[in-house]
Amino acid sequence: MATQHSRSAARLMMAPAVVLLLGWMLVPLTMTLYFSFKRYLPLRGGDLGWVGFENYTRFVTSSAFWPSIQTTLLIVGGVLVITVVLGVLLAILLNQPMWGQGVVRILVIAPFFVMPTVSALVWKNMFMDPNYGLLAHLWKFFGAAPVEWLSQASLPSIILIVSWQWLPFATLILLTAIQSLDGEQLEAAEMDGAPAYKRFGYITLPHLGRAITVVILIQTIFLLSIFAEIFVTTGGAFGTKTLSYLIFQRVLESQNVGLGSAGGVYAIILANIVAIFLMRIVGKNLDA
Amino acid sequence: MSLKNALRAATALTVLTTSATFAETLTIATVNNGDMIRMQGLTDDFTAKTGHEVEWVTLEENVLRQRVTTDISTKGGAFDIMTIGMYETPIWGANGWLVPLDNLSEDYDVADILPAMAGGLSHDGTLYAAPFYGESSMIMYRTDLMEKAGLEMPDAPSWEFIRDAAAAMTDRENEINGICLRGKAGWGEGGALITAMSNSFGARWFDMDWNAQFDTEAWANTLNFYKGMMDASGPAGYATNGFNENLSLFQQGKCGMWIDATVAASFVTNPNDSTVADSVGFALAPDNGLGKRANWLWAWALAIPAGTQKQDAALQFIEWATSKDYIELVAAKEGWANVPPGARISLYENPNYQEVPFAQMTLDSILSADPNNSTVEPSPYVGVQFAAIPEFAGIATEVSQEFSAAYAGQQTVEEALEKAQALTNDAMEAAGYR
Amino acid sequence: MARAVTPQRKAINTAAAWAVGLLIFFPILWTILTSFKTEATAIADPPVFLAFDWTLENYGVVMERSNYGRFLWNSIIIAGGSTLLGIIIAVPAAWSMAFVPSKRTKDILMWMLSTKMLPAVGVLYPIYLLFIKMGLLDTKFGLVIVLMLINLPIIVWMLYTYFKEIPGEILEAARMDGASLKEEVIHILTPMAVPGIASTILLNVILAWNEAFWTLNLTAAKAAPLTAFIASYSSPEGLFYAKLSAASTMAIAPILILGWFSQKQLVSGLTFGAVK
Repeated sequence: MATQHSRSAARLMMAPAVVLLLGWMLVPLTMTLYFSFKRYLPLRGGDLGWVGFENYTRFVTSSAFWPSIQTTLLIVGGVLVITVVLGVLLAILLNQPMWGQGVVRILVIAPFFVMPTVSALVWKNMFMDPNYGLLAHLWKFFGAAPVEWLSQASLPSIILIVSWQWLPFATLILLTAIQSLDGEQLEAAEMDGAPAYKRFGYITLPHLGRAITVVILIQTIFLLSIFAEIFVTTGGAFGTKTLSYLIFQRVLESQNVGLGSAGGVYAIILANIVAIFLMRIVGKNLDA
Repeated sequence: MSLKNALRAATALTVLTTSATFAETLTIATVNNGDMIRMQGLTDDFTAKTGHEVEWVTLEENVLRQRVTTDISTKGGAFDIMTIGMYETPIWGANGWLVPLDNLSEDYDVADILPAMAGGLSHDGTLYAAPFYGESSMIMYRTDLMEKAGLEMPDAPSWEFIRDAAAAMTDRENEINGICLRGKAGWGEGGALITAMSNSFGARWFDMDWNAQFDTEAWANTLNFYKGMMDASGPAGYATNGFNENLSLFQQGKCGMWIDATVAASFVTNPNDSTVADSVGFALAPDNGLGKRANWLWAWALAIPAGTQKQDAALQFIEWATSKDYIELVAAKEGWANVPPGARISLYENPNYQEVPFAQMTLDSILSADPNNSTVEPSPYVGVQFAAIPEFAGIATEVSQEFSAAYAGQQTVEEALEKAQALTNDAMEAAGYR
Repeated sequence: MARAVTPQRKAINTAAAWAVGLLIFFPILWTILTSFKTEATAIADPPVFLAFDWTLENYGVVMERSNYGRFLWNSIIIAGGSTLLGIIIAVPAAWSMAFVPSKRTKDILMWMLSTKMLPAVGVLYPIYLLFIKMGLLDTKFGLVIVLMLINLPIIVWMLYTYFKEIPGEILEAARMDGASLKEEVIHILTPMAVPGIASTILLNVILAWNEAFWTLNLTAAKAAPLTAFIASYSSPEGLFYAKLSAASTMAIAPILILGWFSQKQLVSGLTFGAVK
């Protein structure tokens, strides 16, 4: 149906978005690449000449590099597992008939509206503080010693905070998908005597496949770059330094833009590896 | 209307019209500390006097530091005045990024600034930032608990005394910790305390060839002593406690002793916030008989980025905010205990201020810190709890993260020191020192 | 659902869902409650839930200290402006991808999403220098552009998935009747896509509202939105939980209210093409 005319019109309509994004990608990318081969120290007068691959080797040989990759993957993976699993369960629950469905849904999606900085501050101070936090009071109430969340269980704490923020997003998408599930099919299965877990495994879950893919894809993009949650709570201490946090430390705390830029290139590589990996595993669900 | 009033109104009007022609709007970046927030509240006084308006950008300390550093190193010009510390000032001054404060007015009396502060805020003898308030660190302790433990605090105690006193004052049943100290990662948090403390143990960051010194006995002693004392007598979770957490613990009566910034003295003795306001004593930070005490030196100061279009107005603001008159203004509104301390000699000569219980100990602490000669063995850097080189903030933050992990028991002191040694040398190499 | 549900089962559902809902909402509720306490009550041991003397004092202090109105206004302009601009640019692109697909459509979509993976802090210096050169530092316009670019891939993708649901026959019928491309978009496509566009706008307003890296680092006083407002309360000298809570409540309240009213739109609209 597409004529030559409509094809060129289509190209024309896509042009602004493509050109803008191309610029937004190419300008910073080129500059990052350029700086990554430079000794660029803003506090020592800026550009101090070419250094070849020195920044690249220095960045990977730093003792913080591999742990940061591990931390990144643990946080992204942990949050994905928690939000997808709880998201599916929550979506099924919220899809049941009940009183006050609208209000409950609002309660569940509310964390998504909270700024990352605010949610990190609230969790850190009012819940996880070992002296004044609500969790400490709760532990004491049951006669246990309060947990020092952000030092003793730093990574799980951050995963908890981030999951709290992203669970609503997963739930929303999964809930929308579940609403389109054919109720009669489920009923027929129930009539045939299929137990609940089988109905879930053979009908509901496959139906949610695409939605889960979307959740994983979009969340991964955002989770790879989480920052405020770490900056506010631990400042990168106690093994919570992700790759993007390490880059932040190199660029802004150490004021070594060249080194940070090399880190930025590694981050792009990691993101692409993760993306390819994702595509392999879940991409077949996504025939865009 | 009386003649006098009419005259006053007329002068006010002329002042207004003359200054209105030059009226500027200054953008000032500052930190969200109590004294600065008070300054924001008093801005109207400045506007009334000069006609210039002020827009405040108030940020948390770490965010502020990154924000202004990015702006000044790129010559962004987003701010007309920046609030910076003793660490940044000499580095930025040397880079030519700040307007030299060498033509301050007669009334301002620049000679009245405490020499220790002026020295730390200068480069090559030129002042680049005017101190808004200055601080050292000292011991704040509970006189009642000290008495109960049957001890008496000397004016200048040793670390051993502090450790034993802390053990004696600790009462876990009643949630009283003998001592509260910073353990939080960050060069300006736990990093500042442990570095100042290490000075009194004979340690230093670098030798004269810029080699990291964490493999020395002195550093191992510092960290082991700190961790041993804090594990025995410190609060739970001290590895994440910074200034705020300890302040709150002390105010709630949960600390026997607290070694921290001298400005905290006004917070712990303020009965509105502190439950222990009337039983706080002060003493110099401890030593080990090696000739150096464990107290630091710091000032929050106002500086003008080179290249601002509003230099004159900015200078007027700095003269206003760091003047003797400003101190009087705060004293009149909030009482003498709440004026910005540690910047001017005349404040400590003022009989009203001498009545403030912590005034003398604050001054003594400030006077006993020497940024140019802070370590027992010679060191190539300036600064007490920091080394005034551009790389220090980044390195020290990472080092203090390793230390905090050791405090929390996630690695041993030896492991932390080994990692600190490696990463410091690596960063110094990257910066071209070695 | 065709089958009637027993009241008993409905009651169990209700109880379970409310319990979970309240648990998830609790941190926000606690923050709001704390904002009405005095500082002493806020850290009281044991904690007080409702039985305290409610005070508006914290809000008074925050209002006096900060120019909340301006932060709020900047947030509205930046979040709203970047979203609208993004929609204007994305609608034609998504339209052509949905209705004149080529072999490369999927690749282009994936590539667009991948531009979001460049770590922001790595390019802070380049972008900052660019902003100085173009005079965009501390301007709302500059932030509108940056946030639009950040969210454009998501906008294009969402719109694309909505447009794809629209049956092509309708368009062909219109074309038979001699409708031009422009008319096709304005009169046929847009009305059908309004629910999808509305969901897209909502999600992107939320994302832009909460963006805290560029909004903080590219502003000073004039264009600073609520993310900068909260940075001035984040760790003051002392633990001011009540004031922190008041400031937090003020920062999230507008978007929370928006979400409240658009709950239905969000629940049925966020499909990302996941629903067939």
